[in-house]
Amino acid sequence: MDNFALEISDLSKVYSGGTEALKGISLKVKEGDFYALLGPNGAGKSTTIGIIGTLVTKTSGTVKIFNHDIDQNVSIAKSILGVVSQELNFSQFEKVIDIVTTQAGFYGIPKSVAKPKVEMMLKRLGLWDKKDDQARTLSGGYKRRLMIAKALIHEPKLLILDEPTAGVDIELRREMWDFLKEINNDGTTIILTTHYLEEAEQLCRNIGIIDHGEIVVDTSMKDLLRKLDVQGFVLDLEEPLKEAPYIHGFEIRLEDPLTLVTAVSKKSSINNLFSELNKIGINVKSMRNESNRLEELFIEMIKK
Amino acid sequence: MKDISNKTILITLWTLTSKEIRRFMRIWIQTLVPPAVTMSLYFVIFGSLIGPRIGEMDGFDYVQFMIPGLIMMSVITNSYANVVSSFYGVKFQKSIEELLISPMPHWVILLGFILGGVSRGVLVGIIVFCVSLIFYPDFEIANLGLTLLVLVLTAILFSLMGFINAVFADSFDDISVIPTFVLTPLIYLGGVFYSINILPELWRQVSMANPMLYVVNTFREGMLGISDVSISFSLTMISIFIFVFTSLSLYLLHKGIGIRE
Repeated sequence: MDNFALEISDLSKVYSGGTEALKGISLKVKEGDFYALLGPNGAGKSTTIGIIGTLVTKTSGTVKIFNHDIDQNVSIAKSILGVVSQELNFSQFEKVIDIVTTQAGFYGIPKSVAKPKVEMMLKRLGLWDKKDDQARTLSGGYKRRLMIAKALIHEPKLLILDEPTAGVDIELRREMWDFLKEINNDGTTIILTTHYLEEAEQLCRNIGIIDHGEIVVDTSMKDLLRKLDVQGFVLDLEEPLKEAPYIHGFEIRLEDPLTLVTAVSKKSSINNLFSELNKIGINVKSMRNESNRLEELFIEMIKK
Repeated sequence: MKDISNKTILITLWTLTSKEIRRFMRIWIQTLVPPAVTMSLYFVIFGSLIGPRIGEMDGFDYVQFMIPGLIMMSVITNSYANVVSSFYGVKFQKSIEELLISPMPHWVILLGFILGGVSRGVLVGIIVFCVSLIFYPDFEIANLGLTLLVLVLTAILFSLMGFINAVFADSFDDISVIPTFVLTPLIYLGGVFYSINILPELWRQVSMANPMLYVVNTFREGMLGISDVSISFSLTMISIFIFVFTSLSLYLLHKGIGIRE
C-alpha cells in the first residue's frame, strides 16, 4: 500500500468576498515524490498551500499530512511540514543566524541542538558568510535561500515551495534545483508550484494542474509529455531566404531571412526535413527547440 | 502520537518570549530611554518646580504622591505599546506566518507576546522608579507584595489590550488611535497627578467610571498606603478583565480573525 505525504479530499474555499477559490479539489502526493502543482495566476495554488500550512481557513474538506489530519492532529501535522511561502516572511531587522535559530525554537528544538544544525544548513545554502548580516541587507537571491533554510531547519518530511525561484537569476535557480534534488533524494517529499515550466519538467516526477479552483490534470510528468503531438524547432540558416519553402508534411514559416520555424509531428522524422531542405539548397547552421514543451501542454490544458 | 510534548511547548514559549525581549532591548533607545526622559521632566516640572507650591496631596509631598501614578502611566503605555507594535509588526512583515505554520499552540503565541509586553512594562516601571529616587531619595514602599502584584497584573492587562488592538489593526494608524485618543486621556484623568478627593462631587463620581483610576490607586496603595478606591474591588475587576481579554484573544486566534484569510 502506498504511503501518502499529502492527502487532500473535497477541499473547498470561499473567501469572505464570495470568491470561490477552490471547488472541492482532491489530490494525493506519495511519500518521496517530487510533485509540481501548476496553474495560472489566481487558479488556487497559493490558497491550497495556505490551507495546508493553516494560513488560510478552509471552507470544507480534509487535509492529511502523513496521515495526520490538520484539524485533529494539528501540532503533529505541522511539525513534519515545511513551507516556503511566495512572499518573504521573516523579520527584516534580525540577523540571518538569529532568524533560523529562532525558527528552530518554534519547532521545539533547543538552542544547543539547533546551533550545529543552523551552521550546517547555512553552509549548505551558501549563507554562512552572511550569518551576522541583517536580513534586510541581503540580495533577493540570498533572501530566497534564507526562506528555504528556515523551512528546512526542523527537517520536515514534506516540503512545500510556493514559487521559490521567482525573481532569482539563472545561476542561483540551477543551484537551488540541485539542492532540491539532493534533499528529495535524501527522502524529503517536495511539492513545488512554479511559473517556470522548465523547472517543473526538470525536477518533478508527477504533476497536477489547477485551474479556476479545480484540478484539471493529475498525472506523471512522463505521461503528460507523451501527450505532446508536435514539437517546435527553430532553424538558423547559412544564407538568407525571401520566403518560407514548401515541404510536404511540414508547417514552415520564415521568422526572419535567416530563421525558419517549423513544427514536426511525432509521426515525422526531422531527418526528412533536413534532406528535403538540402535538396532545395537550404543549409541549416544550427537548430534549437522553439519553446518549452510543457508550456504548450499547459496552455492547452487550461484552455479546455 | 497525539500532540507535542510539554518540553517542546516550553522551548517554543521561551523562544518566542526571548525573541520579544530581544526585540525591545535591541531598540532600547526607542523603548527604554524615552520613558526615563519623559518622567524626569515630569518630576522636574511638577515635582521640583510646581510641586512645592502645590503643597501636600492626601498627606504626602506632591512629588511623592506623583511617583506611583507616573510609574503606572509608564507601565500601562509601554506594555500596551510593546504588544500592539510587535504583533502588528509581525502581521505587517508577514513573519506571523512563521508562528502560524509552526506547531506552537495558540495559547503559547498569546503568552509569548504577553510575557514580552509584561517584561517591557515591568522593566520600564523599575527604570522610572529609579529615576524617581533621584528626586525623592527617601521614598519607602509601603506594601511591596501589593506593589509587585499590581505592577504585574496591570502589565498583563494592558499587554492583552494591545494584543487585541493589533489583531484588528489594518494599518499603522489603527495601532495609534486607541493609545492616543483613549488610553492617554483616561490615564491623565485617572488620578496620576491628583487625588479625586479634590474634585467637585460631580466630577468625582464621573472619575469613578474611569478604569485607570482603580489601577493607579491600587498601585498607590501598594507604594504609599493610600487609595481613593476599594483595593479588593479593584483587584477583582483587574482579574476579571484579564480573564475576559485572555478569552477574547484566544477566541480571535482560534478563529483566525485578522490573521488568517
